[in-house]
Amino acid sequence: MNTTLPPPPADFSGFIEQEHEHDYGGDTVFGFWIYILSDCILFATLFAVFAVIGQNFAGTPEAKELFNLNFILVATVLLLVSSSTFGMAMLSAQADDIAGVMKWLAATFALGFGFLAMEIYEFWHFANEGATLGSSAAWSAFYALIGTHGLHVLFGLIWMVVLVLMILKEGLTTDNRVRMSCLSLFWHFLDIIWICVFSVVYLMGVM
Amino acid sequence: MAANYTIVTDPHPIWGRLTFDSIPFEDPILVTTFSVVLIGSIGIVGSILYFGKLKYLWDEWFTSVDHKKIGIMYIIVAFIMMLRGFSDALLMRSQQAIAVASESGAGYLPPEHYDQIFTAHGVIMIFFVAMPFIIGLMNIVVPLQIGARDVAFPFLNSLSFWLFVVSALMLNISLFVGEFAATGWLAYPPLSGLEYSPWVGVDYWLWALQISGIGTLLTGVNFVVTILRMRAPGMTLMKMPVFSWTSLCANALIVVSFPILTVTITLLTMDRYLGTHFFTGDMGGNQMMYVNLIWAWGHPEVYILMLPAFGIFSEVTATFSRKRLFGYTSLVWATAAIMLLAFVVWLHHFFTMGAGASVNAFFGIATMIISIPTGVKLFNWIFTMYRGRVKWDSPMWWTAAFFLTFAIGGMSGVMLAIPAANFVFHNSLFLVAHFHNVIIGGALFGYFAGLAYWFPKTTGFQLDERLGKIACALWAVGFFVAFMPLYVLGFMGMTRRLNYYDNPEWNFWLLIAGCGALIILCGILVQAYQIFASIRDRETNRDLTGDPWGGRTLEWATSSPPPFYNFAKIPEVRDRDHWHDMKQHGLAYKKPESYQPIHMPKNTWAGVVISLFAMLLGLAMVWHIWWAAIVGLVGSMVCFIAYSFERKKHYYVPAEEVEAIETARARQLAQAGARTPSEDGRDYIGGDAVVSM
Repeated sequence: MNTTLPPPPADFSGFIEQEHEHDYGGDTVFGFWIYILSDCILFATLFAVFAVIGQNFAGTPEAKELFNLNFILVATVLLLVSSSTFGMAMLSAQADDIAGVMKWLAATFALGFGFLAMEIYEFWHFANEGATLGSSAAWSAFYALIGTHGLHVLFGLIWMVVLVLMILKEGLTTDNRVRMSCLSLFWHFLDIIWICVFSVVYLMGVM
Repeated sequence: MAANYTIVTDPHPIWGRLTFDSIPFEDPILVTTFSVVLIGSIGIVGSILYFGKLKYLWDEWFTSVDHKKIGIMYIIVAFIMMLRGFSDALLMRSQQAIAVASESGAGYLPPEHYDQIFTAHGVIMIFFVAMPFIIGLMNIVVPLQIGARDVAFPFLNSLSFWLFVVSALMLNISLFVGEFAATGWLAYPPLSGLEYSPWVGVDYWLWALQISGIGTLLTGVNFVVTILRMRAPGMTLMKMPVFSWTSLCANALIVVSFPILTVTITLLTMDRYLGTHFFTGDMGGNQMMYVNLIWAWGHPEVYILMLPAFGIFSEVTATFSRKRLFGYTSLVWATAAIMLLAFVVWLHHFFTMGAGASVNAFFGIATMIISIPTGVKLFNWIFTMYRGRVKWDSPMWWTAAFFLTFAIGGMSGVMLAIPAANFVFHNSLFLVAHFHNVIIGGALFGYFAGLAYWFPKTTGFQLDERLGKIACALWAVGFFVAFMPLYVLGFMGMTRRLNYYDNPEWNFWLLIAGCGALIILCGILVQAYQIFASIRDRETNRDLTGDPWGGRTLEWATSSPPPFYNFAKIPEVRDRDHWHDMKQHGLAYKKPESYQPIHMPKNTWAGVVISLFAMLLGLAMVWHIWWAAIVGLVGSMVCFIAYSFERKKHYYVPAEEVEAIETARARQLAQAGARTPSEDGRDYIGGDAVVSM
């Protein structure tokens, strides 16, 4: 256990002579993955809350009376397609095609905005039917889960606007490519969360 | 105090729920405290302005992204908050010492005041003392230990720190404007719901924790990336010093557990602000869900505090036993095992919930299993000391005090883990004794060991050793006198959080516990004097070599205090105890022939300003001042975006500047007579010959 290593070679100084440029962009993307992990836990907690109290309607309107699967299917398609358009924006970025990036990001923004508008309409509609945030535990859990996802989408849209301004100002610099990679991770992540929401809240809700 | 407030149900458009009644003018204790704090603050701010130091503070400290400076600021704030948290402890001990009904009535603290005090004590000691203390130590040490020049995201580091500071400020404001929560440190509903806590105390708790919790989460992400991606070349994970390993595990726990806290208190916030029914007693709410969620975060939190302390003990025992750490690999695996097990034991905090025998048995056994890796660690340290030449400097005193107290705390923990026994101990003083036993005797003693150990590295001079040992002795004795009686009282049936009791048999033990608190007070006073005396005598205590203890890991390879870039040349690591290896083979203290420009991050205003807006948001939400809340939210977002538009956040330190700093260092080393060890393998650094083992 108390080993001492043999003497190092003569040219070993304990310090490196010529430093390499550190990969800051790689740090950022990796850090963003770690952040997404923590966001996963955040949603997992909200799903757990929904699993515990999501059926406690306590006399308020039940989910299966209000859910309209066709409506939510359209919203889902909007969000899923927006993931593909973001993928196209990434491909354009790799081809150094700023016009393509703008075109595809605009499409992504429009689809995301449409999704958010449909969600707000849905909330408004449910509230009119007597299912509000404060109606019962089940509706509290519903609005907390879907609302948190919606807030993430809203945040993604704001971020997209900021990023577009940056790209217009500076072009596709290394930093801006890193930022695009992070936003793309975020956007795809919201898609995956939504697939879980769609399955657990809506599909299982009408069963 | 609480009897006199007015609850404003319809907030004023400008002032929200804030009225003149919100300030407790009628409470002499608070008015006196407030006057002292006010005069003190005016004095401090006045002297800063008088001496024209504001610009210096702003440029060199507040906007700094240097991990060492941020670490120092964390520890200073932690010490200030410890004084408040400990004052609360003295108030509770004195209240319980006299509040026997048959003799002297109900003491001097009314129940609603007493309840706020024990809540504030718990919240402050965990969130605003233990957390910043250990995050401060990580900030100072981890980048140095892994041979990096800063953390991965220096701006986020500054932001985390300032979010923590403004939360601590909010908590202190609650003392003088409004009230603090009177619910216990984890604010269980329904007590923390609107019905039973209608005024602002719980809201202060919610927003202070929410804001500092987000800061902590950012710290977690930052350090995971720093440790995984910025280690010096050659330092594989299994060559990484143990403190960095335990920090990695603690930060992984932060990343995975703090989102649960964020969600839980957000849901309670919604219950209080938006009328939702997550934890209410009616409309399908589930109060036990809150208790499950808060402990699903809370138990990992215990290990976030504890694991880095284990890392400190590992560094200290190896250095002061002058031996390689015994069983490094098993220590790393034990740390990882504890990290995983931390997530499968939360239910042991409420065996009495009624989950049934099989669920309780699972969590009881899982809890007991944690004592296995913990025991492995203890044996690692003891075997490191075995046949070592143990040097009894003050860090080693704290470590020895830890061995004794933590063994007892661990055993009472295993007792509490037995569900059947737990039904008797639940919410008794036995539990209070247990967790103070592990948090003071485990975590806090570890932090103090770390402070004494790394103080010279951080400041360039050593703490007074004699005073440090006296403080350690007072703390250790005071701890036993203060908390062993609580074990007895637990067996005698005394429950926690009593501001008044009518069983005269308890009084004797509570008086002893009160004496123990006074002994600890002496320990704290000696510590304060130790810091003062060490600064006064800094010229005689200077650490000229950068390696005052005969250290083994990389942080001792650079000067004390380290230059802002840490290492003029990035180390190339080939051994676990890399610095020891370099000393062994005559490579230490050699000046390279040439230097290169160094890439460093620039200071930024953004962390401070964003956090101030976050504080405005928090305070405005507490008092239902909606317009100010919007200003706070939009302001912090706009500042964040504005910061993201800034460019050139890094700069190059010219090679000549590095050369100048390193030449000065070489002169200092020559003055100290430091040299690389001679061929006989004896290491003369640190005052006396060290036989290499």
